[in-house]
Amino acid sequence: MIKNEDYLNKVAERCLSKAKKLGATDASAIVVNSVSENINIRNKKIDGSERSESLGINLTTYINKKKSSISSSNLNEKSIDSLVERCFEATKVTPEDELNSLPDKELHFQGQKKLNLFDETEINNEKKINFIREAEDEAFSNPQIVNTNGSAFSQVKSNFILSNSNGFSDGYKTSQFTAYCEVVSKNNGSMERDYEYTSKRFYNDLLSPKKIGNRAAELAVNKLNPRKIKSEKMNIVFDKRISKNFLSYFSNAIHSSAIAKGTTFLKDKIEKKIFNEKINITDKGDIEKANGSKYFDNEGVEVKELTLVKDGILKNYLIDTYNGKKINKKSNGRSGGSTNLYFENGDINYEDLIKSDEKMLYINETIGHGTNLITGDYSVGASGRMIENGELLYPVSEITIAGNLNSIFQNIVLANDLELNYSTNSPTMLVTGMTVGGR
Amino acid sequence: MSNFFQNSDIDVNKAEKIVSDTLNKCDDGELYLEDSKSESILLDDNKIKSSNYTTDLGYGFRAITGDVVAYSHSNEISNKSLKSSSENLKSSHKSNIGSYNSDIKKTNQKFYSDVDPIETKSLSSKIELLNKINEYARSKDRSVKQVTASFLGEKKDIEILRSGGELLKDTRPLVRINVSVMVEKKGRKETGVYGIGGRQSYDDYLVNDNWKKVCDEAFRIASTNLESKPSPAGEMQVVLGPGWPAILIHEAVGHGLEGDFNRKKTSAFHDLVGKKVASDGVTIIDDGTIENRRGSLNIDDEGTPTEKTVLIENGILKNFMQDRMNARLMNTKSTGNGRRESYKHIVMPRMRNTIMLGGNNTQEEMIKSVNKGIFAVSFGGGQVDITSGKFVFNCTEAYEIINGKIGSPIKGATLIGDGPSSLKEVLMVGNDMMMDPGIGTCGKAGQGVPVGVGQPSLLINKMTVGGTKI
Repeated sequence: MIKNEDYLNKVAERCLSKAKKLGATDASAIVVNSVSENINIRNKKIDGSERSESLGINLTTYINKKKSSISSSNLNEKSIDSLVERCFEATKVTPEDELNSLPDKELHFQGQKKLNLFDETEINNEKKINFIREAEDEAFSNPQIVNTNGSAFSQVKSNFILSNSNGFSDGYKTSQFTAYCEVVSKNNGSMERDYEYTSKRFYNDLLSPKKIGNRAAELAVNKLNPRKIKSEKMNIVFDKRISKNFLSYFSNAIHSSAIAKGTTFLKDKIEKKIFNEKINITDKGDIEKANGSKYFDNEGVEVKELTLVKDGILKNYLIDTYNGKKINKKSNGRSGGSTNLYFENGDINYEDLIKSDEKMLYINETIGHGTNLITGDYSVGASGRMIENGELLYPVSEITIAGNLNSIFQNIVLANDLELNYSTNSPTMLVTGMTVGGR
Repeated sequence: MSNFFQNSDIDVNKAEKIVSDTLNKCDDGELYLEDSKSESILLDDNKIKSSNYTTDLGYGFRAITGDVVAYSHSNEISNKSLKSSSENLKSSHKSNIGSYNSDIKKTNQKFYSDVDPIETKSLSSKIELLNKINEYARSKDRSVKQVTASFLGEKKDIEILRSGGELLKDTRPLVRINVSVMVEKKGRKETGVYGIGGRQSYDDYLVNDNWKKVCDEAFRIASTNLESKPSPAGEMQVVLGPGWPAILIHEAVGHGLEGDFNRKKTSAFHDLVGKKVASDGVTIIDDGTIENRRGSLNIDDEGTPTEKTVLIENGILKNFMQDRMNARLMNTKSTGNGRRESYKHIVMPRMRNTIMLGGNNTQEEMIKSVNKGIFAVSFGGGQVDITSGKFVFNCTEAYEIINGKIGSPIKGATLIGDGPSSLKEVLMVGNDMMMDPGIGTCGKAGQGVPVGVGQPSLLINKMTVGGTKI
């Protein structure tokens, strides 16, 4: 069972009052408790089971404009006291930074909690096993699936309290249920793997096991006996599980921490057209039951809906307290980054999108971390399928795709098939004029 | 004597009884105890941006029967907590009867000292040095617009309590000093990153103002990239520099030779033992025994002494890297590669320091022999798909080679290749084997562990370069 609010409050209070007593001018504490249970199966047999309970504290103390932090999993009273002391001592020797402070009081979240982020349902091990077994069985019903990398089901329940010496003290419970299935296909000496997963706050919102197994198998089989293609400039269609990555690059590049330091290709682009006029991007933290939803950010600041891009124009950064001060803007509750982030739907359907050029490449997997947010240069390994005249043909692998995010963003065409399955979501995406590196 | 039960309501003998009682019908398992402390001090944008200290104490209790692992971990070392973990493990293994495998090799080997890097250098001296680094890096040139520098230090004490009462211990220091420099000229920005580290105290790495060399190197890479042109795209010859570019070895063959993927037959290498997987002259080892290296361990996280494991010898695949469970299931011995990120994580076969040994060629010869290709000197990270064998790694410093001569620097690009075939494309192995500077972290199934890599210069006949220029 996860610990209740009273317990977490008591620990946070003890830290804050001890810090005050030592002479800290301000302090904040986050106390988190989570219980997670995980079952893995492989080839229908249990491969592993794991249960973990964790309790941790993260404390920051301020002496005027000096600041230092400490975290620990050891929460008996004696060690809490010595931790606070250590934190306070470290704060003393840390140089001043005039921007260090707790968030503005008036920005604190003060609303009612109603987002429905906690599911009381307990999925016992037998149910977990049945769920993923059904997914694997479904995958193995495909004759070209010969092996599995394992399938897993996990249930995580958490509770936390964030308190600071400006009177903020709030927290809430969240839950997360995740099922994952990864299978191996084989044919004519070619061996490939692929996966599907579903992860939701509410058990009943999960995709069905059959769908997961079926999709993982289909993807793995579709990759068999790939060809390598010639290097050329091409239009590329990104599957939804890849197109959402471009939103993540975008959100990292417009976070105030990067803007304030100038380490992003999107610095000084506010009110400028960084996408073409058909692109709109929203970050909405208050969608009921959604994976990215939250009431307040890591500092206790309320998370309001933000229009980040309107008709291709950058309207807002993601801002926390410290970096906000540096760029003369108030926090908009994005100390922890984006919440539920998505591209608004485009105005073309998927079928028309993949028919829009005679020959294109459909990419549904990329590997490597070849994105440079300072220059916008993008280069990754990729695999997918050739599209000719609107039809997905043979699989393609061991190629690279490259471009620069500045021009990629201008050349995006979005389909109208957006679903809010993850915390970052994109419709199927076409990007014109990228470079494919192959033979 | 154990150090983990002093503040607990249970002593080591009682804990041992719980362990033995839980594991006596299992094939393997242990109580793994861990006490870690770590610090991270970050200078960014001319200021000490953060100074964090973390302590973590907890245990992971593992029971294995056949190929089934049950794991329970907690950060409360108490009678109640251990008993409840024990119940949990027993309930996962109700119907099985195994025989506890008590065979574990003893060792007195020590590849690093018990130093506590956090306490042996005061916080204020670390802050002072970070400020010096900042000033020095900024003074190098007016183009330097941003400097980020950090000290990361850790001391981890572990104990492994096995059924029957055997207690194995290790103390592991680890530090890393990192500098990143951003330069800007005519509206163009580029960065360069460099770092050093290993299992010693900070000061061991800071002798002779070594930190200046770290700044110099980060600045040099950033400045080189300011002049870089778009990289070519497509298949071509690639010369790799010595040292850190051995990420290639780590990704191309290292992961594919980890025991778990081969027992499960999901690795592209699973049926290739005894077969030729690399050119003649290519020998690759995974070595946990090099003094003070980031990937070295006295014992692994199951208590097995580490060793020097030959993976590929003169082109022939010899061995996989094993933890105890995968070794038992494949009828072989653990190679001391059983590792975990922390007590919160299960053990898996993981690399230590993965190295390609030196050959006879010079880097100069390699470059001379290339008509059209690239010379890659520095890398970011890499990734591999174990099953298809396709792997990538990202250049952060590379040059064009035209008609046997090094040309202009090119923009960072991803290189992609196929693990089981790419090392057969090795045309020359250099005589300049070098280890990386001690900064690598390897990720697998969500767990990060410190690792090392090393290699000489290499000429590879063909790899696909992910540039934008055709």
